[in-house]
Amino acid sequence: MRLIETSGLTVRYGRKDALVDVDFHIDRGEIVTLVGPNGSGKSSLVRALVGAIPPFKGNVKRKNGLRIGYVPQKLHIDPTLPISVKRFLGLPKRKPSATIEAALASADVAHIGDSQMTNLSGGQFQRVLLARALLENPDLLLLDEATQGLDQPGAAAFYRKIEDVRTELGCAVLMVSHDLHVVMSASDRVVCVNGHVCCHGTPDIVASAPEYRALFGSGTGGALALYRHQHTHSHDDGCDHDHDHSQANSAEKEGADA
Amino acid sequence: MLDDFMMRALLAGLGVVIAAAPLGCFVVWRRMAYFSDATSHASILGVALALGFSVPIFGSVLVVALLVALLVWFASDKGHSVDTMLGVVAHSALAFGLVAVAFIDGVRIDLMAYLFGEILAVSKTDLLWIWGGALLVLALLAWRWSALLTATLNRDLAYASGIDPRREQLILTIALALVVAVAIKVVGALLIGAMLIIPAAAARPLTKTPELMAVGATLIGAASMAAGLRVAFIYDTPAGPTIVCTAALFFLISNGISWVRQAA
Repeated sequence: MRLIETSGLTVRYGRKDALVDVDFHIDRGEIVTLVGPNGSGKSSLVRALVGAIPPFKGNVKRKNGLRIGYVPQKLHIDPTLPISVKRFLGLPKRKPSATIEAALASADVAHIGDSQMTNLSGGQFQRVLLARALLENPDLLLLDEATQGLDQPGAAAFYRKIEDVRTELGCAVLMVSHDLHVVMSASDRVVCVNGHVCCHGTPDIVASAPEYRALFGSGTGGALALYRHQHTHSHDDGCDHDHDHSQANSAEKEGADA
Repeated sequence: MLDDFMMRALLAGLGVVIAAAPLGCFVVWRRMAYFSDATSHASILGVALALGFSVPIFGSVLVVALLVALLVWFASDKGHSVDTMLGVVAHSALAFGLVAVAFIDGVRIDLMAYLFGEILAVSKTDLLWIWGGALLVLALLAWRWSALLTATLNRDLAYASGIDPRREQLILTIALALVVAVAIKVVGALLIGAMLIIPAAAARPLTKTPELMAVGATLIGAASMAAGLRVAFIYDTPAGPTIVCTAALFFLISNGISWVRQAA
């Protein structure tokens, strides 16, 4: 079932097209990754999906009553604005304190409810943003370069958390990222944009697509290798889950058809 | 009770404070200080128009403040440089206002009264206008509080939650025009910005949530109003500026306290 779908979407800032003729969709429960070089229109697509910029041409269709949990690229809180983590999580709707504690715990940042937002570390801040997005009880979790400013282990831990959340809530996830190998390993589908949709499909297909290689160069070989590596590594870090490949495989077929 | 001019002055001042202090918090958080100055300076044009066409000052100032605020809001939405735009609009509106006042014959106007306020000359009718406008602003802010806060934190976050930040900005713009119209008689066009920003800035170091900051700003604003009026009465100083001086003292004290706390 389609949660959100764009057809022929063109986004324009002033006289410059940021995105041209994009057909894009996300179905219930799938993890989709948006990759593309800087200035390729990734964030424009996300902002159009959220409704922050109106389409210049084409349209964006959302499922009726679609709840979006949005984790923005960066969130600058003016130092003149005093706001505790708890209060931040109660925006725009106040929530019971138990609900807020639970959301913080599920984002692995319990007990920081009384801290000021401006005093958090980068990792804590991103997790609070995630907790806030989860409180919306989303059908679609939208992460716009959510690991910017996190080191690689931090980013990896963050994305593992996202996978857990997806399993728990069954929500669809759209990630925008530069951390290609980390992100691709967790995705059902990858969409590569550069002003338009260059190529899309399973991580395998996209990583070997000539359009993608043209954009990201030979470094992508490494990304693919890492992607494969991730699925063959031994779980010696206390991780006890098993990878389920059935979904990835079915998505791969779908991608091959597309 | 209302026959005492000092009592009327205090009530007028408190009316301005209950609207200006919470709105001032948003002005501070969103860095709209220059925007609020521009709107209030331009209101002098509203005064000139009111005198020229013999219409009520409150209405005329409100209309001009709204027009200027909307013009700037619209321009910034279209991506013009807000800073320059504000400079052009605010100063030219102030200048046109001052020139226009000079053309009005037969009316002896004390322009100082509108530049620096005339809180000791507030009438019962003025009080009605002031409190009506102030309560309207307060109601607007209370109604939109959560949405305004969310939009202030991040526009895209607001969009994702189904809040249109442009609409919230418009609501703040309207509230600002109302405050300007309400406050011009009390503190005057040149010092309205001070009553918006100083109490909020004084409350900031002492508070931990946005709501507490708004309440704190209101209390500090009210205290400045009462103390400033008292001092102005005793030492025969101009009331509006004395009130602002008192607020500035509160700002110094609260920031001093927080500085000492941090150093300790």
